[in-house]
Amino acid sequence: MERLENMMQLKKRLCGEAGKLLAAGALLVPAILICLPVLLILTGSVMDSLEMKEYLLPVFSDGEGYIRWRLVPDYPTFSHYGRLLFMTPSFFVLFWNSVKLVLCILAGQLLVGVPAAWAFAAYSVRGSRALFALYVVLMLLPFQVTMLSSYLVLDRLALMNTHAAIILPAVFSTLPIFLSYGGFRAIPPQLFEAARIDGASELRIFLTMGLPLGKSGLLSAMVLGFLEYWNLMEQPLAFLEDKALWPLSLYLPEISWLQAGFALCASFVTLIPAAFVFVLGQDYLEQGIVYSGLKE
Amino acid sequence: MFVIKNRTNSLHNVERLRAGIGGKRGWRRRRAFFLFLLPSFAGVILFVLLPFLDVVKRSFQTAVTGEFTGIKNYGVIFHNQAFVLAVKNTARFTLVCIPLLVLAGLLVAFTLSRFQNASLIKSVYLFPLAMPTATIVLVWKMVFYRQGFLNLFLTKIGELTGLWGSVTTDYLGTGASFWVLVASYLWKNTGYTVVLWLAGILAIPNEFIEAARVDGAGRWKCIRYIILPNLKGSFYTIVILSFLNSFKIYREAYLVAGSYPQEDIYLLQHLFNNWFVNLEFDKMAAAAVCVGAVLFVAIMALQRIWDKAE
Repeated sequence: MERLENMMQLKKRLCGEAGKLLAAGALLVPAILICLPVLLILTGSVMDSLEMKEYLLPVFSDGEGYIRWRLVPDYPTFSHYGRLLFMTPSFFVLFWNSVKLVLCILAGQLLVGVPAAWAFAAYSVRGSRALFALYVVLMLLPFQVTMLSSYLVLDRLALMNTHAAIILPAVFSTLPIFLSYGGFRAIPPQLFEAARIDGASELRIFLTMGLPLGKSGLLSAMVLGFLEYWNLMEQPLAFLEDKALWPLSLYLPEISWLQAGFALCASFVTLIPAAFVFVLGQDYLEQGIVYSGLKE
Repeated sequence: MFVIKNRTNSLHNVERLRAGIGGKRGWRRRRAFFLFLLPSFAGVILFVLLPFLDVVKRSFQTAVTGEFTGIKNYGVIFHNQAFVLAVKNTARFTLVCIPLLVLAGLLVAFTLSRFQNASLIKSVYLFPLAMPTATIVLVWKMVFYRQGFLNLFLTKIGELTGLWGSVTTDYLGTGASFWVLVASYLWKNTGYTVVLWLAGILAIPNEFIEAARVDGAGRWKCIRYIILPNLKGSFYTIVILSFLNSFKIYREAYLVAGSYPQEDIYLLQHLFNNWFVNLEFDKMAAAAVCVGAVLFVAIMALQRIWDKAE
């Protein structure tokens, strides 16, 4: 009898383990699919042009047969990297455009958005909830709805076709306020009350208590912001005519099919900063995604 | 019971602390609130609210001369074939994508929640969020062109099973392009949906589930009666964020297929851009007001539902 019971228990445990294995398998298949593009970019970027041409021939000749690929190229080469990094000055111009745009936007959001998030999180005055609701609505409006309004004001300020046309509207975006708000809101306000009784000014409370204690929300806003603005497309497409001002994200599609290896190499280099920020900031990123779900 | 009452009491105190008690301190707080908010609010007024009022005004005027025309622009856009097509496609895309994304995220999150340490898989799912759209466009072309990887893969399966011959569907030039967009939306956005669902699932106190287990509930009953009802808050957040991000699919659509793509993926975003390029500001203004109003009502309705659910 006891043996039977043991058997049953063993069976149950085995079933649980099998279920877990099955679940792991079911998760791995999409995970591999997700990784494949990265692998393709990486292998393509070190593949010799002629070899790549042979593999891609069916695609551009639109003839018979299918595309082919080797995960380990027959003729591996770093020539694309050499050409991109040492012989393509325009790539650098656009790379620095991207860096400049992202850094200016993030710095502006820190200066403007973070105090605003603090105002909403730390004080509850009459009308503040309605204002916050307005900010949430503005956060959710897509660029296309506000495109004409932004254009009208940028045109009047004579900022069209300058980097400021991209930076200024982004600085006043309300998404980072929403994310930083989550971080500030998690601090118990009794702390500030104690500081007030000790005679601290409101500014000092913000700088010495709010910022250090609420920094996770702020950092998550910065990480999400970096990924978003490194991928900037709609705004420069509409507001920048001069291609020398474009960010990197608009350069890649300009490279033709015939230079697929070079394009993949440029893609990989573009991906590096984003991947770097992703790996460093993943915890904050997740935190930010969760904060964006906080509601009040 | 006592505990709950105590908790609401302390919540009440927290609100009182934020609001400030007494006249002089209340004034100090109002001033601080105002000063902290000022730079941002000034920018929002200057860059968003005032120009939007201008757009509303323009929606009742002609594009060039600025003559008042009443609601004529609105009449024009509703009879404009491109606008009707774009609205239809955008609505179809949203209605197909969001349920799919919500379900896919929930499935993955459930499966992940069974493991103690799943951060690596979570990172893998989240990574597409970090990949700039431009880097992925060439890959999408290699996969979805007529001689691309997808057809190669399908043909290989056909050869192995002997069920079909070579597959030569053109995914970007036919109605299939819609599903290419859906796939790339899911690829990019499943990760954050998983993170949100997972946060919701992990926030459910273990005691709830253990208590149900003791009372004899099986795995499915636990899911049906305890986990799902507790995820309502996450659900609304996920729907709102998925909606917000569904507009960004324009990047993929534009980079893969240009300003005038196959007609099943001609979205509102394409239309706005083309109007902008052609300086048709009257139509743009009317359409922006319409889309803005619809979104405003939708967001308010969702917030109302959200408030009720809590």
